[in-house]
Amino acid sequence: MTHKWKLGSLAAAAVALIAVFLFANMIGSFDYVFPRRVFKVLAIVMTGGAIAFATLVFQTITNNRILTPSIIGLDSLYMLLQTFVIFAFGSMSLSAELNFIFSIALMMVFVALLYRLMFKREGRNLYFLLLVGLVLGTLFGSLSTFMQVLIDPNEFMRVQDKMFASFNNIRTDLLLFAAIGLALIGLYSMRFMKFLDVLALGREQAVNLGIPYDYTVKRLLIIVALLIAISTALVGPITFLGLLVANVAHQFMKTYRHSLLIAGSMLISIIALVGGQLLVERVFTFSTTLSVIINFIGGGYFLYLLLRENRT
Amino acid sequence: MIEAKHLSKSYGGKPVVEGVSLRVEKGKMTSFIGPNGAGKSTVLSMISRLLAQDSGEVLIEGKEIGQWKSNELARKISILKQSNHINVRLTVRELVSFGRFPYSQGKLTAEDWKHVDEAIRYMDMQDMQGKYLDQLSGGQNQRAFIAMVIAQNTEYILLDEPLNNLDMKHSVQIMKVLRRLVDELGKTVVLVIHDINFASCYSDHIVALKEGKVVREGSVDEMITTEALKQIYEMDIAIQSINGNRICVYFT
Repeated sequence: MTHKWKLGSLAAAAVALIAVFLFANMIGSFDYVFPRRVFKVLAIVMTGGAIAFATLVFQTITNNRILTPSIIGLDSLYMLLQTFVIFAFGSMSLSAELNFIFSIALMMVFVALLYRLMFKREGRNLYFLLLVGLVLGTLFGSLSTFMQVLIDPNEFMRVQDKMFASFNNIRTDLLLFAAIGLALIGLYSMRFMKFLDVLALGREQAVNLGIPYDYTVKRLLIIVALLIAISTALVGPITFLGLLVANVAHQFMKTYRHSLLIAGSMLISIIALVGGQLLVERVFTFSTTLSVIINFIGGGYFLYLLLRENRT
Repeated sequence: MIEAKHLSKSYGGKPVVEGVSLRVEKGKMTSFIGPNGAGKSTVLSMISRLLAQDSGEVLIEGKEIGQWKSNELARKISILKQSNHINVRLTVRELVSFGRFPYSQGKLTAEDWKHVDEAIRYMDMQDMQGKYLDQLSGGQNQRAFIAMVIAQNTEYILLDEPLNNLDMKHSVQIMKVLRRLVDELGKTVVLVIHDINFASCYSDHIVALKEGKVVREGSVDEMITTEALKQIYEMDIAIQSINGNRICVYFT
């Protein structure tokens, strides 16, 4: 199978699933149902694409295929904020818009501090950054748990809703804001795309081949953090998806070229999310969440990979 | 010409390189020799911008290394380290084609592919160019990486122990290729090498480092003497002249 054919079939599958999602099983007024479905699909395409892209870039920078950007602790910080707001002010206190903007702002401040701390002194390597992010992420997680066990059970239900990514209540105004943000970041990241193939060879080869390594990696890390922050603020913690789709993309595309890998992983991400959302809505009628389905399929896929590797 | 002035580097307070100054003449093959831990690789890394020096400066053709644009420098100087593990699954030909990145930014032209083919032929790897690197032995991998550096087609080629992992046949093959790069194409080759007999048979100029300092440098005739080697390695090494080459006998 050529790469074009593979990408073509992924695109066809994505479009087909989206069509099923949009048009099948329409009960009730078209004018009411259809726009809501369109917004859901838009949210899925945006966040799915952003997460896939961010994870792939992150794995390339770190030269490690089992890492996800969640290791720098953004998801945990988001959960901490959500928990804290409800803990301190109650579940009715913060509007969705404010929450969205506040979440993004806090995540960006955190990342700016983290990166500043790391890159101020030369010679600190990337893995040290990841380690600090991991430790802080754990700290945030523990703080959240601490507050969660103290709050009222009804309030806890509200927190729990935030723990899982959901496309069911997307605010259209936020969607527009996120779309503009993601588009701008996408445009900015275009200039670094040609470097990704070489960055995958590791720092020394990248420097040898004339890539301004430190400059590029810093910019890419900021891009990754922005993408994750926007998607998380929009739909909730969803980085689990990235690990799955990045690896499936590597497995499926079997190439080192990032132009193909990125396109492939974004399409796979959209397929997984639209497919998962279809299952949640039409098969399980909202009795489960998308995260559960994606994790179940993802876990199964990794077990399959493990078993297959074992046999050969 | 590459010029290093008073280069120093320490790791965790322990000095590894102290005040190293040296010049690499254009169109010559220069070898760095010396005992383990002498700072050879560190010096090579600093003059190729892989490692930032604590103090001192590196001038490439009179211009400080930090003043060069990364991409221009990548067309001037190439560096190959001794361990080259990569996480990406590539064929030999794909790897070699990466050597053209400084020229093509990833979009290879017919001219670029010509250089790739030439580099593969230079390393005698035509029959395995479609194979994946993980299917090849350590030595074949090493040759593929050297082919990449050849495709990069830089005036200065810096190699950190290029003979690592290689058997005698391929060691000789690589040294001959490097010699041809110098003699036929006028390249400047700098290498860190452990086998002093290879250094003796192929280099124009030898720089000896010991405990982070240059202890001695000069032509093969000046450097491959019992007295000089005694100073560098603290061993009594007899020198025999065989077919016009100075061979060190240090095995017993």
